[in-house]
Amino acid sequence: MKVKYFAWVRERIGKAEETVEPPAEVRTVGDLIGWLAARGETYAYAFEKPKVIRAAIDQTHVKPDAAILGAREIAFFPPMTGG
Amino acid sequence: MTVAATIRIQDADFDVAREIADLSKGRIDIGAVVSFSGICRGSEQGEPIAALTLEHYPGMAEAEIQRHADEALSRWPLQGLTVIHRVGRIEPGENIVLVVTASAHRQAAFEAAEFLMDYLKTSAPFWKREESARGPSWIEARGHDDAAAARWTKS
Repeated sequence: MKVKYFAWVRERIGKAEETVEPPAEVRTVGDLIGWLAARGETYAYAFEKPKVIRAAIDQTHVKPDAAILGAREIAFFPPMTGG
Repeated sequence: MTVAATIRIQDADFDVAREIADLSKGRIDIGAVVSFSGICRGSEQGEPIAALTLEHYPGMAEAEIQRHADEALSRWPLQGLTVIHRVGRIEPGENIVLVVTASAHRQAAFEAAEFLMDYLKTSAPFWKREESARGPSWIEARGHDDAAAARWTKS
């Protein structure tokens, strides 16, 4: 699946998007955050406060308990500050 | 008649007067037009800033605005609706966002404009980064914006 990062999540990880293949036990958005955070220092820094991170599956807002099965695109970003 | 919202995300500035005129031009069923312009301030938390840079999630930003525009059209009797949000580098005094609502009477136009702005702030995927003497930094979300959006939730 494709993973996208925005704002300071993108800056901390150092890339805007990538393709990942998490193992089957990574079932939810929250699981995926934990799995990504273990990939290295930059990821650990980006996801150091998982409760702050917002997520979208296929461009729709989701909660951490949302299942990732079948997702084409998952995005992680800070709380929004537009308008 | 079905009303279609005009939604644009763009780098370029926009002309508020022209957007208002475009919405009501040639219409005699519109009795009220409300517009809200969000403008870049020259300071943030008391610190002067040189500019803001707006980042967005292309695709989802348009979809989120469309979803809330559709909800506004279903909740209020609107005759027209325009939402424009700029992205990229914006200097103090420049426009950031515009919401224009048109209706037969003022209450629907006022309420729909406020509803849309409250949701643009909390659920449309845009992020502001400020440039100040201390370097660039991301602006933090404010709790009162969440509270403002929550009051529109139907119980």
